[in-house]
Amino acid sequence: MLTPDEVRYIANLARLNLTEEEVQKYSEQLSSILNYVEILKEIDTENVKPIAQITGLSNVKRKDSVSSQKLSEELIKCTPQGIEQNQVKVKSVF
Amino acid sequence: MYELTIAQAHAKLQAKEISAYELTKAVLERIKAVEPQVEAYLTLLEEDALKQAQKIDQKGDFNKPLAGIPVAIKDVYCTKGVKTTGASKILENYVPPYDSTVVKKLKDAGAIILGKVNTDEFTMGSSTETSAFATTKNPWDVTRVPGGSSGGSAAAVAADECLFALGTDTGGSIRQPASFCSCTGLKNTYGRVSRYGVMSYASSFDTIGPLTKTAEDAAIVLEAIAGVDPKDATTVDKKVPKYSQLIQNDIKGLKIGVPRDFFIKGIDSQVEKITRDAIDKFQKMGAEIEEVSLPMTKYAIATYYLLVKAEASTNMARYDGIKYGHTTQDPKAKELADIYAHSRTEGFGDEVKRAIMMGTYTLSAGYYDAYYLKAAKVRTLVKKEYDEVFEKVDVLAAPISPVLPFKIGENVEDPLAMYLVDAFTTPINLAGICGLAIPAGFAEENAKKLPVGIQILGPQFGEETILRAGHQFQLHTDYHLQKPVI
Repeated sequence: MLTPDEVRYIANLARLNLTEEEVQKYSEQLSSILNYVEILKEIDTENVKPIAQITGLSNVKRKDSVSSQKLSEELIKCTPQGIEQNQVKVKSVF
Repeated sequence: MYELTIAQAHAKLQAKEISAYELTKAVLERIKAVEPQVEAYLTLLEEDALKQAQKIDQKGDFNKPLAGIPVAIKDVYCTKGVKTTGASKILENYVPPYDSTVVKKLKDAGAIILGKVNTDEFTMGSSTETSAFATTKNPWDVTRVPGGSSGGSAAAVAADECLFALGTDTGGSIRQPASFCSCTGLKNTYGRVSRYGVMSYASSFDTIGPLTKTAEDAAIVLEAIAGVDPKDATTVDKKVPKYSQLIQNDIKGLKIGVPRDFFIKGIDSQVEKITRDAIDKFQKMGAEIEEVSLPMTKYAIATYYLLVKAEASTNMARYDGIKYGHTTQDPKAKELADIYAHSRTEGFGDEVKRAIMMGTYTLSAGYYDAYYLKAAKVRTLVKKEYDEVFEKVDVLAAPISPVLPFKIGENVEDPLAMYLVDAFTTPINLAGICGLAIPAGFAEENAKKLPVGIQILGPQFGEETILRAGHQFQLHTDYHLQKPVI
């Protein structure tokens, strides 16, 4: 069961502002989903390794070289913030 | 002309019976006629498309199978200079400065991009109802959903608003809408097609694939988009077979497994009957049918949602109001952290917020082992089960959705009910294997014909076999030829 306080704590970690109504709603909905996933406790995974890369690739490398200088400038232009000396200007951190 | 398949249009273009301009124009007129009812498109590129068509006509080279073929792109594929929203408010005005690899490949192959089609927000959903911008309707019954998340793609194909469309499949998002709208949909093996430039939902699951009018067309598109890409390190350096030729071989002696765990209590009786009838048809065509068991199936939804929501929460972290997309104008946002929170709160819809909350919780300190790690271990067992079953049989035939296309608004208030709809599609993404959705018949509800598809599943990189089974089935049936009345 996820309490409203836990929901507020998670929302802060996730950088979301929730209304009191949303806190209530997510508390109920997430609890019901978490309750459902308890079904996995039926499975013995004692000596099972977790999987993340499903086709078994590992350490795929490529040359660390610049392929498109122009694109980086265009990407910086996508910012809704200000740009100064080809850098994104953000508000103060504190 | 808009009813043509890729293969048919290609033959006519090559023989100069029609021009790319005429074909594109015909499809654009069709879009104008049916779009008020269907609402599949978010962005239409009418002028661009006609210009592209004219250019190709001038060159007159139609040797490539996709040259001059009009296509709709799910709005999660970056298209250079064209708005790409992910159906999310947070990217409402985002115009990417680059093309996704697959879009670039289609352009190089001469395909004509008609526009961008609707999806659930960042592909999170099974009905296309979580889109921030439009509610796409099922062309077979406009009071029902087209499925999702590639609902815009499926509806556009079914309503002949394009010759084919691109979709994405993280847990069924190509196959389920294909089934709901009666089109063919190919979920490729993880790593078969590059995802560079396509918005991520759950990176260890996401795959790219086409929705088409026939299995043959799916083979043609796959040939054009598959292959290794240095920009997507998860693509596998394996030769791309000549799928469109290999599918011509018959299926005599093909071993088809029927997983009994997909025929459970709760499956719609018409879905079950249509699936069983399709399997009988395969048998009559010379396939050998064998019942098999995949007991982990009942754990798929729980495993899938734990892993996928966790990955989603990390992928959504990039939307911060700084790099691109929406940023808050709220004067209360004074510090950087406020900008993040305000921008995200204003920009994300309900389902995306729920995914972020769920994923952040299961990845947070103290819960990781109980949820994420546990599910990642169960995933190993699911994969093992499929590895073993494909030692016995060549492919599997199974239902796609336990339910018929449901009414708009029917499931939106109950997320768990919506998740359970994905019970038969998510195991395939857990195992990273491939699956092809094909039309298998029609159910009836309130005197309305509602499409039902089945999925043919193959082992990793077994696209050739499932496409062959699908194509051969379509040579012997006419479900895929039937059209909705709009």
